[in-house]
This record gives sequence, structure tokens and C-alpha cells, in this order.
Amino acid sequence: MPVLARFIEGAGIPTVTVTMMPDLAAAVLAPRIVGVEFPFGHPFGMPGDRAMQRAVLETGLTVLSGAARFGTRVDVDIEWPVPRAAAYKSWQPEEASPIVAMMLASMKGDGTG
Amino acid sequence: MDSYRFLPRSFIPLYSQTEPAPGDDGPVWAPFEPRLAEARIALLTSAGLYLDGDQPPFDGEREKAEPTWGDPTHRVLPNPVDPRALGMMHLHLNHEDPLADPEIALPLGGLAALVDEGRVGSVAPNHVSVMGYQQAGLEVWRRETAPAIVELLRDQGTDGLILAPV
Repeated sequence: MPVLARFIEGAGIPTVTVTMMPDLAAAVLAPRIVGVEFPFGHPFGMPGDRAMQRAVLETGLTVLSGAARFGTRVDVDIEWPVPRAAAYKSWQPEEASPIVAMMLASMKGDGTG
Repeated sequence: MDSYRFLPRSFIPLYSQTEPAPGDDGPVWAPFEPRLAEARIALLTSAGLYLDGDQPPFDGEREKAEPTWGDPTHRVLPNPVDPRALGMMHLHLNHEDPLADPEIALPLGGLAALVDEGRVGSVAPNHVSVMGYQQAGLEVWRRETAPAIVELLRDQGTDGLILAPV
């Protein structure tokens, strides 16, 4: 996704990337970054929690409109209100994604070489 | 702030040692010119959302057959969009929460509320959805999808874009 941010920014449209993996966004040089420590699939927060969603959106808009320089990063100081183990489990698909299924099969070995 | 708190531990090395792509490794910067209260803002999600019935879903069948491939196309989502009209195709995520409340990935309602309060100028008439699992190298994104998104954003006078990878 940062590749899209960089392309669009390079075309003259300012961007901010709101992301669960801000270290990664910084490593690949996204221009403006807002970090959230939320489970995947939830960049703006909990379903139905308008206050949490608004806090993230407002941070995104503040960084988008107010950052003075390339590489600006602000992390949102909100703790996910669900214990990690349950949140970790709940974001994942019921069926392993094709690439994960392939990796697991290759680790186990399927006997065909 | 732990960037990898919810990532499977075996995946962390795949992400924590990432470096910029060759040729895509310098600063890039477009100044945000207008006041936010006069700016038109668009959103871009990678949740694989689409208008169910009106737009084709992202191609999960091909990904199942070719696990290293991800559909590199995009969908244009008009504002406002009925949350119940949205479908989702992303084989790497549980769909339950984003479909129950799309605001967690595409906060059009939250943005509209800020417009009503005078904090933001306007919500762009169209927003963008992609499916975030992509083939290494991102060739089609670079060559076709990103230029098409730029054209859309320019045509509708977008002053700033919020990208939210899922």
C-alpha cells in the first residue's frame, strides 16, 4: 500500500497512510504515517465505536493537513480493548489464505517432493 | 507501539526487514495547500470492498489457484454508499467486522460528520478500494492501477487522500 501512497503523492496529491504496521510504512518511505496498534482489518478501530473511529480519522486528517515534512509519523495512543489472544484470533479468516495454506503444506511436506 | 502485535510471529521477519524498492527510495512530498475546512478529502481502502451486484468481486478464485497472485484491479466506490451494498473479497482477513461496520475500514460517515461540523471542506464524490494482498513487485499496481487512481483523484479535485491498508 505505501507504493500507492508514494505514487499518488508523487503525482501531486498529498497522502497519509493510516496503518497497523507503521514501522513497515516508515521503512518503505510513506510520506505521512499514522500508526494504530489494532488487529488487521480495523485501521479505524472497533466496529460501532464512533468515538474511537473519529479519534483515528481526526489524527489522520491532522497529519495529512498539518505535517511539515516528509516522513512525519504520529501513533494513536489507544489500546485495543480486547485481550490480544482473542483479537489475534478474530481478525484471521476462517480458512487459511491460499499462500499460508501453501506454506503450511510445504512445511509439513506432502510426500510428492 | 508494536507494529507487529497482531501479526503471526513467524511472519514478523518478512516485514521487519523490509527495505524501499530500488528506484522508489527517495523522499516524495506534495504540500497540503488548502485549509482543511476547505479541502476535499478522499479515502482509499485495501479491504477488497466492492459494490455487491454492481461490481465484480476481486478475483479470489484465481488467487486460490495461484497463491502468490493477488487481484491488482481497483473499484471506485461512490459517496455516499449504503454500507449494506458492500461486498468484501480478501482471503487474508475475517470479513465479519468490516462488513458489519465498514466505517472501520472506510470511514465515509465519519468524514461526512466532520464536513457537517465545518472541520473538513467536502467528501470526494468517489473513493477507491483495492485488495491488499499483491504479487511481489507490484507491477500492475505501478503500471495501471496507481495511474488510474491518480486520474480519478485529479478529475474530482481531491486535495488529500487517506489510505488505510488493512
